[in-house]
Amino acid sequence: MSLPPETRPAESGVIHDIGYRGYTGPRLGRGYATRSLFTQGLRAAYGLGRSGRSKVLPMLVLAVLTLPAVVIVALAIVQGRTELPLDYPAYPSALGLVVELFVAAQAPVLMSRDLRYSTVPLYFSRPITRGDYVRAKFGAMVVAMLLLMTAPMVVLYLGAVLGGMPFGHNTAHFLYGLAAAVLFALVYSAVGLLIAASTPRRGFGVAAIMGFLVVSQGIAVVVLGIAGGLDNPVPPESANWVGLLSPGWLVEGLVTQLFGLGSAADLHAPGTLGVTVFALEAAVVVAGSYGLLRRRYRSI
Amino acid sequence: MNTTVARLTVRGLLGRRRGLLLLVVPALLLIISVIAANTDGDKHDLTVKILGQLSLGTLVPILGLVVGTGAIATEIDDGSIVYLLSKPLPRRLIITTKLAVAVAVTWAFAAVPTFVAGLILYGTKDDLALAFTVGTLVSGAAYSALFLLLGVVTRHAVVAGLAYALVWESLVGNFVKGARTLSVQQWGLSVAEAVAGEGAITADVALGVAVPLLVVVTVAATVLASVKLAGLTLAAED
Repeated sequence: MSLPPETRPAESGVIHDIGYRGYTGPRLGRGYATRSLFTQGLRAAYGLGRSGRSKVLPMLVLAVLTLPAVVIVALAIVQGRTELPLDYPAYPSALGLVVELFVAAQAPVLMSRDLRYSTVPLYFSRPITRGDYVRAKFGAMVVAMLLLMTAPMVVLYLGAVLGGMPFGHNTAHFLYGLAAAVLFALVYSAVGLLIAASTPRRGFGVAAIMGFLVVSQGIAVVVLGIAGGLDNPVPPESANWVGLLSPGWLVEGLVTQLFGLGSAADLHAPGTLGVTVFALEAAVVVAGSYGLLRRRYRSI
Repeated sequence: MNTTVARLTVRGLLGRRRGLLLLVVPALLLIISVIAANTDGDKHDLTVKILGQLSLGTLVPILGLVVGTGAIATEIDDGSIVYLLSKPLPRRLIITTKLAVAVAVTWAFAAVPTFVAGLILYGTKDDLALAFTVGTLVSGAAYSALFLLLGVVTRHAVVAGLAYALVWESLVGNFVKGARTLSVQQWGLSVAEAVAGEGAITADVALGVAVPLLVVVTVAATVLASVKLAGLTLAAED
């Protein structure tokens, strides 16, 4: 019930001093905010701190990647082998499709949701800069992928060493595997995050990332066939340049040649020139995507 | 069929720059075909590899996924489906219309380029181009229906669809022969084998198994999608 102003009792209009005080405690600053965003991103990549349904896929992928390692190492020990049937650096490539599925599904979780619900401007109202935002998200995705690929390799390594296989050989190859995982994580995250940041719709983001990775792989396979690797089991040396066409093969070829792994039939960067070009392309992909990401967030 | 729903769906799928983005993959297929046609070597194997792996194995599932889920899942996702559902239209009509549009788009963007690529690569010999086109037509329709159903059932339709199309059909299918019996891609290949000349294509699934399964999956997915849409609950995204 609202009374006309002149009939209200005069003393009702009192302003109470409720003792408002400004914040005088410590300010945690930019670095803290960036670290928080990084931690939150890393947790979100595995669905931690989110609903049970968003944990299903990342945990499933982790299980699908780790279980074969357990089986492989168990079989190798039971059969009394002196070497693992699948080398460490070859492991992420052998299950490359699952790794790609992870980046396709989780990169949009990190990027698209913020765009869709317009939470990005809220982040930028805090002390962090646009560069910090991209750095935190990029770091979170790379570390998430690194953990994903390292887990099965640790299983293989521990199993192999405890099972009495040669320590030196396994340690060296385990380190090669870690290097491969770092390269895979960097290249896949760069591609995935760039595509994810371009659309606010998660579904489109997932399909676009996976579409890009799968189609580029398919084209690389066909070009390898055209270049003469279709009928003969060992493709000519020049055919290995097709590795440049797909992110997965790029890293695989680089790692194989760099550490002198695999046989001549396996895809490898051809010669020193090949290693240089492959490494250069990987660096351009990572740095270029990072730069484009920073540009993307400059105008939000 | 309802023309308004169809028009809206087409605009949702191909509007803005989305149609152009969808064109990129068929364009790549044609470029690869032109390059391959100008090389020497066994054209037959090359054609089977390009049309079988790149077109039927990659292009069709990805397109079917983007189009099938894009036809309805995006609307469910942003909640605008309620405006469509509140109209006096039977839900099965909405589903059949959207499915028809999705199938037509998949055919236009997958089957037509496949046919052209086949002609560029191998001409009309052994009916290879025609065979793969028929294969992409049937598997494209089945994929569209399947992924449309996924779009109605789950909010993670794209991931679930990818897991089926890539992990099950490609990864598991490569190692476990039995998994190929339950693969849309292999059913399409089986139909292609029947159309093509003697021994031109080899498929792992018999035609007598593939055709009934194709029909059952397509029809069942459509019916199930109608039923699911009739009782749709709109949940907030987690």
